Amino acid sequence: MKKLLFFLVVFIFVGSEIFAQQITVTGIVTEESDGQVLPGATIIEKGTNNGTTTNIDGHYSITVSTDAVLQFSFVGMQMQEVPVNGQSVINITLKTDITDLEEIIVIGYGSVKKKDLTGAVSVVGSETIEDLQPVKVEQALQGTVAGVNITNRSGAPGADLDIRIRGISTNGDASPVVIIDGYQGNLNTLNPNDIESITVLKDAQAAIYGTVGANGIILVTTKKGVKNDLVVNFNSSYGIQETSRKLHLLDATEYAVIINESYAANGEEIPFTDISSYGGGTDWQNQIFSTAPIYANDISIASGNDNTVYTFSASDVEQDGIIGGDKTGFGRSTGRFSLNSDITEWLKVNTSLTYTHIDQKSINDFALGSVLFNAINMAPTMPVYDANGDYYLAPGSLGAEVINPLAQIDNTYNDYNLNKFNGTIGLESNFAKHFTATARIGFNTTNTDYKSFSKIVDYGGKVFDINRSSVYQSRENFNDYTFDAFVSYDNIFFESHNINITLGTTVFKEWGDGLNATGYDIPYNSWEYADISLANGLNASKATGSYIYDQRRLSYFGRIQYDYEGKYLLSAMLRRDASTKFGPNNRVAYFPSATAGWVISDESFMSGFDFIDRLKLRVSYGILGSDKIGSYRYISQLNGEAQYVFDGELVSGTAIGPLANPNIKWEESEQFDVGIDFKILNNRLDINADYFIKNTNDLLIPAVPVSGIFGTSAPGAESPTVNAGTVQNKGFEFAIGYRGTVLNDLNYRINFNITTLENEVLDVNNGTGFYEGGAFSVGQPAPARMEEGQPMGYFYGYKTDGIFQNQAEVDAHPSQAALGTEASPGDIRFVDVNEDGVIDSDDRTYIGDPIPNMTLGLNISLNYKGFDFLAYAYASLGNEIVRNYERTQPNVNKLDYNLDRWIWEGSSTEVPRVTNGATTNKVFSDFYVEDGSFLRLQNVQLGYSLPENITQKVKLDKVRLYVGVTNVFTLTNYMGFDPAASTGAPIGGGIDYGFYPAARTYTFGLNLTL
Amino acid sequence: MKYKLYIKTIITGVLLSVFVFSCTDDFVEVSPEYSIDSENYFNSEDDYYYALISAYDLLQTTYQNVLVGEIASPLMLCGGEKVDDVIGWRHIADMNHTPVNDNLHEIWNRMFAGVQRSNYFMEFKDNIDFEGKEKMIGEVRFLRAYYYFELVKWFGPVPLKVDKRFEVGDEESIPRASVSDVYEQIEKDLIYAISVLDYTTPEAGRATKGSAQALLGKAYLYQEKFTEAASILDTLITEGPYYLVTDYASIWEDDGENGPESVFEVQYTHVEGGSYDYMQGVEGNIMVGFSGPYNYEGPVFASGNRFGLPTQEAVDAFDANDLRLDVTILDMDAWVAETGATYTPGYEHTGYFNRKYIPRAVREGQLPDVKLTHPNNYRAIRYSDVLLMAAEAYNRGNIDDSKAQTYLNEVRRRAFGDTNHDITATGTALTDAIYYERSVELMGEGHYFFDLVRTGRAADKIDGFVAGKNEVFPIPLEEIQFSNGNWQQNPNY
Repeated sequence: MKKLLFFLVVFIFVGSEIFAQQITVTGIVTEESDGQVLPGATIIEKGTNNGTTTNIDGHYSITVSTDAVLQFSFVGMQMQEVPVNGQSVINITLKTDITDLEEIIVIGYGSVKKKDLTGAVSVVGSETIEDLQPVKVEQALQGTVAGVNITNRSGAPGADLDIRIRGISTNGDASPVVIIDGYQGNLNTLNPNDIESITVLKDAQAAIYGTVGANGIILVTTKKGVKNDLVVNFNSSYGIQETSRKLHLLDATEYAVIINESYAANGEEIPFTDISSYGGGTDWQNQIFSTAPIYANDISIASGNDNTVYTFSASDVEQDGIIGGDKTGFGRSTGRFSLNSDITEWLKVNTSLTYTHIDQKSINDFALGSVLFNAINMAPTMPVYDANGDYYLAPGSLGAEVINPLAQIDNTYNDYNLNKFNGTIGLESNFAKHFTATARIGFNTTNTDYKSFSKIVDYGGKVFDINRSSVYQSRENFNDYTFDAFVSYDNIFFESHNINITLGTTVFKEWGDGLNATGYDIPYNSWEYADISLANGLNASKATGSYIYDQRRLSYFGRIQYDYEGKYLLSAMLRRDASTKFGPNNRVAYFPSATAGWVISDESFMSGFDFIDRLKLRVSYGILGSDKIGSYRYISQLNGEAQYVFDGELVSGTAIGPLANPNIKWEESEQFDVGIDFKILNNRLDINADYFIKNTNDLLIPAVPVSGIFGTSAPGAESPTVNAGTVQNKGFEFAIGYRGTVLNDLNYRINFNITTLENEVLDVNNGTGFYEGGAFSVGQPAPARMEEGQPMGYFYGYKTDGIFQNQAEVDAHPSQAALGTEASPGDIRFVDVNEDGVIDSDDRTYIGDPIPNMTLGLNISLNYKGFDFLAYAYASLGNEIVRNYERTQPNVNKLDYNLDRWIWEGSSTEVPRVTNGATTNKVFSDFYVEDGSFLRLQNVQLGYSLPENITQKVKLDKVRLYVGVTNVFTLTNYMGFDPAASTGAPIGGGIDYGFYPAARTYTFGLNLTL
Repeated sequence: MKYKLYIKTIITGVLLSVFVFSCTDDFVEVSPEYSIDSENYFNSEDDYYYALISAYDLLQTTYQNVLVGEIASPLMLCGGEKVDDVIGWRHIADMNHTPVNDNLHEIWNRMFAGVQRSNYFMEFKDNIDFEGKEKMIGEVRFLRAYYYFELVKWFGPVPLKVDKRFEVGDEESIPRASVSDVYEQIEKDLIYAISVLDYTTPEAGRATKGSAQALLGKAYLYQEKFTEAASILDTLITEGPYYLVTDYASIWEDDGENGPESVFEVQYTHVEGGSYDYMQGVEGNIMVGFSGPYNYEGPVFASGNRFGLPTQEAVDAFDANDLRLDVTILDMDAWVAETGATYTPGYEHTGYFNRKYIPRAVREGQLPDVKLTHPNNYRAIRYSDVLLMAAEAYNRGNIDDSKAQTYLNEVRRRAFGDTNHDITATGTALTDAIYYERSVELMGEGHYFFDLVRTGRAADKIDGFVAGKNEVFPIPLEEIQFSNGNWQQNPNY
């Protein structure tokens, strides 16, 4: 029966094509604003693929059925539909599409039209998110927003990403605050497809969030229902991930040669006598990397009537890791409901509720001791399995820290589960003419449980050996709420003076607790039985722990926005904040700011410049704050560690914890921004440019070094958190977008952005004049510093000047003995920076910094009939990375640059000799600092949407199939796994401890809209 | 219409009332839950006991003082994986250390942390009274003396504060007290401790009257106050319960811990895990793991990081019949030949290891990282040390050479198992014999460098040692900078 119906439908459809009367329609298309003809405008017979475009004179001609409806469209213009009704000439005037400017942008405690914006604000809309289909929301900001830099800490599934807005200005927590529908939230538990838009407040515009705005604000608006319609979206994708990079290591034969040479150079017996017998050997990277699947599905239903709109959505992502497969699996499921209702004409209610579940397993994936580290250090001459089929045990000659990485993955057991509810409920009342009152509360409540099992395992005398099994379990609770209440007054005086005044208060409270314990002696030494309930072993030291916290913030704020005919715009804000992070004397701070805008293009004197559609000048200045430090740093508590041994038993006492700083106060960030917004060519070319200066004063620095006489080196003690120093970030942001049409139906959009950044520490107010951080190799001084006159976290080490080619060169150079040993030919020559005739620790100097001088993003999208194509690329220029994943053990594998080593005079001027003997080649120098610049093609996607006439038949609005590749390629000279990776640390970032590389993913997906 | 207005007013009123509710700053006046304010403590006997434990805690960090003391001496090389494995130790080993030295800074920081915790107790010592409080105060004052003795030994003049904690600002105002002032305080503390403590303690590991007497004798000896040293040490020898155990080797095994020869011993355990990021909080003896042979696989011992390697000179120092040689130094080649053990040599490999303090086989239930959690106690003051100090005081003070011989020979008779090696010399020859005896009897225990310094022999014995400079170590550069001109660097650094 169904089949019959289908044929009937097809027959009627096809039949109507054949029998309908045809007519040729001609006409001319002009633009309303200037009356000019519009070449290249598209004319389509509605519901068909029949179409044409206007010629150079704006003329068109199309043959359609007499009852057809014509659609006239042009980029940047509003589409118009005209029924033919037998007319043979239809002339059309298209109007400029102003929806872009009318777009509502949330700016915190209110919103403005895009055209009225006076701050530096960037918006990423849902279409970008739909294009990119990111697993994590942060990825949608990567390369799409000027002034925003995203770095990943690891390529492992579910790993955190760091967001930095306009550089690094603090030594503490430099991440921006995320506000979801008004309440403080967290990006990493969100389903990207639930997001309507992400707004980034980059300048003093964020001052309305005074307390927390110093590092910028990210406002997330989630999707709402639609009036009088039902929209169902279903997205499904399947992807295959693989590693995007492998290190170039020595194969077994090369390895044997190099190792022999380094033994011989030290006068030792060579370990490999028959070099020809090794061949390529084991490629340990191939052993640990595998392809891994990723599935993502989500469905959303949006609907509503005149008064009430609602959405339901659900999503699920399941991802395995490219190392360890399901041992690094990540799963995230979300469910969401939102309801917005006009209860009466003067009262609205807005609610949403989201549930998130995350299930994650992980392996040791960072630095010394990680699976990756072991894979790059294992000798290629060694097999994966021994003669019995068991994992081959790495021998002691590789050092106590290197084990068979496959055995390591096998012996890793853990499980992390997170359950979270977050949501908001708010009332909005237009209680009197011109007045709106809003009260809303948003909350997050999260429970996590974690378990890890340490199995009894013997790797043969390695640091990973465990001789007693144990299970560690923890339960944590995190809660917070944000309560807002504000009233705004909105009125127009004398027709052209628009005033908006907002007054309000925000209360933020976060609290939670945690409990953890370790159980010993797991039955059968098995994960299956790994639970405290079965662990009967006792231990002499305390095996339980707990914590509790309660932190609050109270804020009042006021804002006045004024504009004259939308041409002159002014706003001023003041916020008063009180935070529990500070003592009674410094608890309260005031954060003022002001922004102004001038729409120059609306001036009468601009009437001669018709090609300029819009030109706006913006200026902002403000002071913003940060209180992102540990709790109660202003009081001295007995939370130190005191343990000793009496009578052979561990005894515990009490001791003072972190040294209190009763005078600690708000960090203040002074921000200045001047920018222009510029639209020309019928709004097709869109330019935004900003120059900013951001001075962060009274920088809050945790654990700032102080004299040891205060006992801060005692167990559990810590140096105080202090306000120390000033950091300046300044730079230029430029974003340009163009959209147009060529070849009749090919619509394209190109967006490009570029950000320059200059970071300088202006002041460090401690005795030493610098703070140190990061680590290089083992037992070497900290390689990164924050120091006056230098960029934050710059690398501090020795400058090199090639390789000593012969003894005469060594003798002619200042002695390098103070670095450990006298140099020999083939060793690195260090520069005597202070020219005192000796190379010693005083010759250390600036040898690079991890802050990019410039970041760029380029996004291209094309549409041709049913096809769409997009490519997103981003680049980072001028940042340095420290290569710190090479182990200096004599027998570990090495990078293949060692093949170009110095062997005899003239053989190399770059790579030092290999030797087991003592050399100073391993001290931290620019030999280990590489240019980390890169260009990454982040995303390429090709999609095809079925024509409407087909989708209509299956009652669908849209059916789109796509294939995509993320992380397509990275152009860089950097030798390590991932130049885009960073720990995110302000001092000590940009040091590569062996990052887990980002995966390349090939995705096939389907989008359905009903 | 009226009804609507009514509703409207109520709802708006509710919305606006939140302003009123949240309008006070009381909301942000929160005090931490389940937390004790350090200024409102010391309300019970337990509180004092717990604070006492915290003062003991820092003794465990002296593993580094011992190891670096050995590395600084001519009888032990730094070793390690490579030349710059631990740069600070390397520089000290080569006697080219400078004020930039993380390891010296750790010693400074940790000993002052011990002082600070002792002073925290003392600051509140009068809060309440209970039976046995004097003994606790005696222990605390012993500990303060112990930490200050380390500080004065390493750095010379150091800032001194008594019964009050150092406060921010003190680094710019409290000067470095002279060496004699520091010793004066050490003496006062120890004399008090001697007056209240007994030779026995409720728990092994706590300081005794004997511990305080021995440390006082040592402090006198370092000041060359021979009469006072002879007197207090003789009291300890005659009145104390200590004696030499027969089997020298047994002292460094688990069964020998807190034995009759132990006058003061720093306690360690293997029941808590430890990590390299948090060495100050580790409960094991880190020196032990650091001294062991790398990648060792074989009987009796366990793997370590191959630092602190005895030299051939150290081996040659022993008389052929000296039973202590095989206990003090492990000849690795011989051991490998005998047992088939394997290990990986490292930088400055000599073939010898500090057998007293290299790791014994990993204990049952020893938690990772096992290189950091070896439970071997540090025998800080042994009775043989006391005998030799007494001998030195009697001899160098020209008080009684025969008494000096008696004490010296008591040590030698155990070392050789006979009386054939008794010393009969007197005067400076006897002094040299005592010096020699200290160097072999106490080898590997962290004393030799400081013995050389205090007796003026360091420049002769240590390559690169500059007289007038290297007797003390430099004040860490950061500390000089923190003091903002208040503290001057030690001479010639």
